[in-house]
Amino acid sequence: MGVALQTLGLNKRFGGLLATSEVSFTLAEGARHALIGPNGAGKTTLVNLLTGVIPPTSGKVLLHGTDITRLSPDQRVRRGLARTFQINQLFPTLTPLDTLGLAMTERLGRGNDWLRTAGSHPGIAEAIAEVAERFRLTDVLTERTSVLPYGKQRLLEIAVAFASQPQVLLLDEPAAGVPESERHDILAAVAELPRSVSVLLIEHDMDLVFSFAERISVLVNGAMFAEGNAEEIANDPRVQAVYLGDAGHD
Amino acid sequence: MSNVNVPHLLLSRHRWRWPEIAFWLAAFACLLMPSKHLILNEIAILALFALSLDLILGYAGIVSLGHAAFLGAGAYIAGLFAIHVNGDPLLGLLAAAAACGVLGFITSFLVLRGSDLTRLMITLGVALLLGEIANRAAWLTGGADGLQGITMGRLLGLFEFDLYGRTSFTYSLVVLFVLFLLARRLIHSPFGHSLTAIRDNPLRAAAVGIPVKRRLIAIYTFAAIYAGIAGALLTQTTQFVGLDVLSFQRSADVMLVVIIGGAGYLYGGLIGALGFKFLQDWLSALTPQYWHFWIGLILVALVLIGRDRPRRLLHSVQKYVTNRWQSLTGSKAAGSSTGGA
Ligand SMILES: Nc1ncnc2c1ncn2[C@@H]1O[C@H](COP(=O)(O)OP(=O)(O)O)[C@@H](O)[C@H]1O
Ligand SMILES: [Mg+2]
Repeated sequence: MGVALQTLGLNKRFGGLLATSEVSFTLAEGARHALIGPNGAGKTTLVNLLTGVIPPTSGKVLLHGTDITRLSPDQRVRRGLARTFQINQLFPTLTPLDTLGLAMTERLGRGNDWLRTAGSHPGIAEAIAEVAERFRLTDVLTERTSVLPYGKQRLLEIAVAFASQPQVLLLDEPAAGVPESERHDILAAVAELPRSVSVLLIEHDMDLVFSFAERISVLVNGAMFAEGNAEEIANDPRVQAVYLGDAGHD
Repeated sequence: MSNVNVPHLLLSRHRWRWPEIAFWLAAFACLLMPSKHLILNEIAILALFALSLDLILGYAGIVSLGHAAFLGAGAYIAGLFAIHVNGDPLLGLLAAAAACGVLGFITSFLVLRGSDLTRLMITLGVALLLGEIANRAAWLTGGADGLQGITMGRLLGLFEFDLYGRTSFTYSLVVLFVLFLLARRLIHSPFGHSLTAIRDNPLRAAAVGIPVKRRLIAIYTFAAIYAGIAGALLTQTTQFVGLDVLSFQRSADVMLVVIIGGAGYLYGGLIGALGFKFLQDWLSALTPQYWHFWIGLILVALVLIGRDRPRRLLHSVQKYVTNRWQSLTGSKAAGSSTGGA
């Protein structure tokens, strides 16, 4: 299998803190890969580096073998790299309909069009309906995002990223803060993502991690600590030690 | 089992609704009030200026305390153009639009980043700077005496600018209407939606592939052109330019107008301009010295009630009347699925 996303010796320094330390990491094409690690390990920072929200102190990011380290976040999206946020980053005054439409129009390169109406592109309505269905948003399509129940907002968070038609999708704790009763929809949506999309999932729920991921990387103090398949990670005593230590203060 | 019709939803939103049609019919009906043409002309120009501010403030979320920079630049360019190049009003309008486009483009880079406070200070600074340049370059602008000796040619070679403001108001209203139509198109386009997205959440906007900076540059330039045209109309219909076109007062007034009318639904600037002029007339007749006191009080009240208020009020009036109408005629929302073209 080919390589979808790769980092080479990535470092990020925040003042005296090395939040990302010499991370060389590979996400295979079509991967179901989980990234785990205690709070503050640098998982979100890594996603921010991969998507260009913050620049690395040193090191490189490659997407399908091309160096994208200097590209802006929006340029990376147009090359097929999308992400979700651990803390909702949505458009409060827009509806899910507009939000999804926006993501798709931009992906089609039609975002600059200022004389035709949004949604007049052939096929876009069907595409929105399909994504809405996939993420169980059909019933709230025309409500303002700010009034949606939290669980729906979390679904929209993934749906927007998916609407950009990414080849690589980075999910930063998609079920964070969602009450037990509403988790199922989110987990199902994540499980049903098409194989054509390579997925990196950051998650604390070990049941979900083990059911979803074929490969698992463990990040501790900004550095890659261990990597392997689910079984190898589950039985790695060093990983258990980290997690037991973490569970102590969690 | 939901029967959400996405194509219909997408296409129905930019359709003209009856309050909008009524608004414009009423605006054009004002042409039949010859004794009010002079003040109506002022209102139309202020409305265009406010529409310009609404595009950057209400949609893209860029606050400005110096929007008069573009109004003033347009006013001076139109005046100088009429004196030194050509007295044709439409050519002058184009010249002012082009010059303000360039000015808007260049200054847009200053408002790309930074907090609201930085933007307020920078826009204010640019306007003060231009004001001082206009003041010092008296050989060109007439300085504090104002730019004199402007004589406008006939509009389209046919209509003379008369003392009663008939040609002026017709001209300003038509320009306002045409530019409004264009702005309406723009805000319902993918480009327009992306502005709202940027205002709501720039981080996410970039994460769905929106080139945030380029969009902000584009709308700032676009708004500068609108303000410049408003300035040109002011010059052409009054045949004079004074330093006050670049004053802080102008920038503050237009901000007030947008806040009175409500930002972010296109009609705020127009309704606000009407309300502002009305209040100005009424309050200054009532208490000549204190009119700014009252306007200040109203401003504070409006901000406390919420800037969204006028739009929501209008929305509920529309809903109420539509419901009454449907219950009277017995047509159950049947009309809402037709006429999408
Ligand atoms: N913008 C920033 N400035 C300074 N420190 C930061 C910044 N972002 C993250 N950090 C720090 O980097 C470390 C890793 O944070 P983060 O990537 O959010 O961890 P995780 O997602 O694994 O919980 C934390 O100690 C955090 O405080
Ligand atoms: Mg995190």
